[in-house]
Amino acid sequence: MDFSFFIMQLISGLTVATLLFLVASGLTLIFGVGDVFNFAHGSFYMIGAYLAFQMISVLQVNFWLGLVLSGLGAGLVGIVAEVFLLRRIYGRKHEAGFQILLTFCLILIIDDLVKIIWGTEYKTIQRPSGFTGPVQIGDLYIPSYNLLIIVVGIIVVVAAWWVLNKTRAGKIARAAAVDREMLGAMGINVPMTMTMVFGIATALGGFTGALAAPLRSVTPGAGVEVIIDSLIVVVIGGMGNFWGAWMGALLIGELTAFGIVIVPKWATLFSYLVMIIVLIFKPEGLFSPRKIRKV
Amino acid sequence: MKTESRFRETSLWATIMIIFGLVPVFMTSTYQMNLASHILIWILFATAFNMLWGLTGMLSFGQALYYGLGAYFVGLMVKYLGSAWFFPGMAIGLVASAIIALLIGLLLIRVGGVYFTMLTLAFAQLMYQIMFKWYNFTGGDDGVVGIMQPGIFSNPIVYYYFILGIVIASIWILKRIAYSPFGMVLRCVNQNPDRVRFLGRRVRRNQLRIYIVSSVFVALAGGLMVGVDNSIHTDMFVWTTSGEVILMTVLGGINQFFGPFVGAIALILIEDIVGAYTEYWSLIIGTIVLIMVLLFPKGLVGEFLQLKHRFLKLKKHGG
Repeated sequence: MDFSFFIMQLISGLTVATLLFLVASGLTLIFGVGDVFNFAHGSFYMIGAYLAFQMISVLQVNFWLGLVLSGLGAGLVGIVAEVFLLRRIYGRKHEAGFQILLTFCLILIIDDLVKIIWGTEYKTIQRPSGFTGPVQIGDLYIPSYNLLIIVVGIIVVVAAWWVLNKTRAGKIARAAAVDREMLGAMGINVPMTMTMVFGIATALGGFTGALAAPLRSVTPGAGVEVIIDSLIVVVIGGMGNFWGAWMGALLIGELTAFGIVIVPKWATLFSYLVMIIVLIFKPEGLFSPRKIRKV
Repeated sequence: MKTESRFRETSLWATIMIIFGLVPVFMTSTYQMNLASHILIWILFATAFNMLWGLTGMLSFGQALYYGLGAYFVGLMVKYLGSAWFFPGMAIGLVASAIIALLIGLLLIRVGGVYFTMLTLAFAQLMYQIMFKWYNFTGGDDGVVGIMQPGIFSNPIVYYYFILGIVIASIWILKRIAYSPFGMVLRCVNQNPDRVRFLGRRVRRNQLRIYIVSSVFVALAGGLMVGVDNSIHTDMFVWTTSGEVILMTVLGGINQFFGPFVGAIALILIEDIVGAYTEYWSLIIGTIVLIMVLLFPKGLVGEFLQLKHRFLKLKKHGG
């Protein structure tokens, strides 16, 4: 493996990791703040990708505007789902099981709705002007769109850090993660907080779907592929741990990128193995403090 | 009172036997026989699954692992060793599933709640990937087709009665387990594991036992399915298969022993009827289960029992 090849794989792994992180951060945010396990998170990714196709490829909206609108659209669907469906089962016995089931139903419904609206053929989105070709750095030619994704990822991480740690909204979200009842007693509208967090998280998922669309083709099965990968990332980082998700995404992204070079056939197994090892030895996640958990 | 309930119990089993026993008499087309066989096998799968979730409170999103294993042991043995290995393959599949369930179960019971669900999902997906990639041995995505049973069992009607016998016997055994002292401990584990410990019972050992029992019966369902479809496919391992069995269970009701039984019949019939009109059947199923979860969380059987209870109360007050 020569150096330039190494860098290429590194960049490709980073691109995958960034996309993974962007989806997984939403998933882990909902779990951390609201104790909601959103199995349908991949479906919001898919909604974002299809909305981007509709706006950018069909309606010829400006690429960047299309990205943002797709994210907002997915977030809107998320808010509707939270208010009309998920909110009704909070606090029920066997709640976790019913959440998984309810969001599993959402996967089935959204998958079919997407097929009805956009058909089953593959859809593609052109890369935006200025990001179609490679960038030359020394002897290396790196696809500029990959670099763009990595930069966007870094911006989102910094923005998320700022919102979570420096603003009032972030403080409320962190407080909700610790004790929702107490938060309600302090005069904060807890159901509204949950809805907003769910909306932001699904918007992030939809935005990622739109951002990834020019790289990967848009298909009805996209949501299902994404959810399993982002689940792995969230579990490795620790469910509800925002920064853990970042580390988990980097680990899985690079592991896949280099695994494919070393053992092409079995590379997809690695991420499952890592997930299993983490769940067995440290179910709280690699980057979360150890807690005592019983049954 | 005791004789009355025993009479009821016997008549329930007799009704089930008669209804399913008469299927080949009235349904003559291969398609309908096939549908009836599918229903029986999914009944076993769903009932065995609910021994974990409804009874013990362990939601597994990976029982497809054992369903696939049971099927692949039969399918691959017939492929490589000939059709005489159909039934030995099924038996070996059950033993192997029990061993694998023991090994995986020892790891699974270390974690609880959502983590348990995720870990079961991870193991099932890992096995799916292995079967998918190991093309030379398993046939990968193509699976194996043309797997025939030996002798007279290749006759669909004979095989149907074979399935009926095995499924009814299995359900009967599972019901005995659910209402045994062991089943009572499992119910307690579901409600309050700490108190079970105070009473001097081992929570994890009981969880492990029921995990193995459930997995073996799920593997049996998988092995039986090979004779119906005459093929095996990697889709048997995939997580949506585990999801489908959860949908059935909720449709029927998770807190009743016969909930998954009714749910499996309902879901397969809905799939069949809706599938005849539209390809978007998962939209319909998703919506139906969504409504069940939101408005009728007790499921078909649970809500029916509640209605009946209310009706009887009303009658008593009126008379």
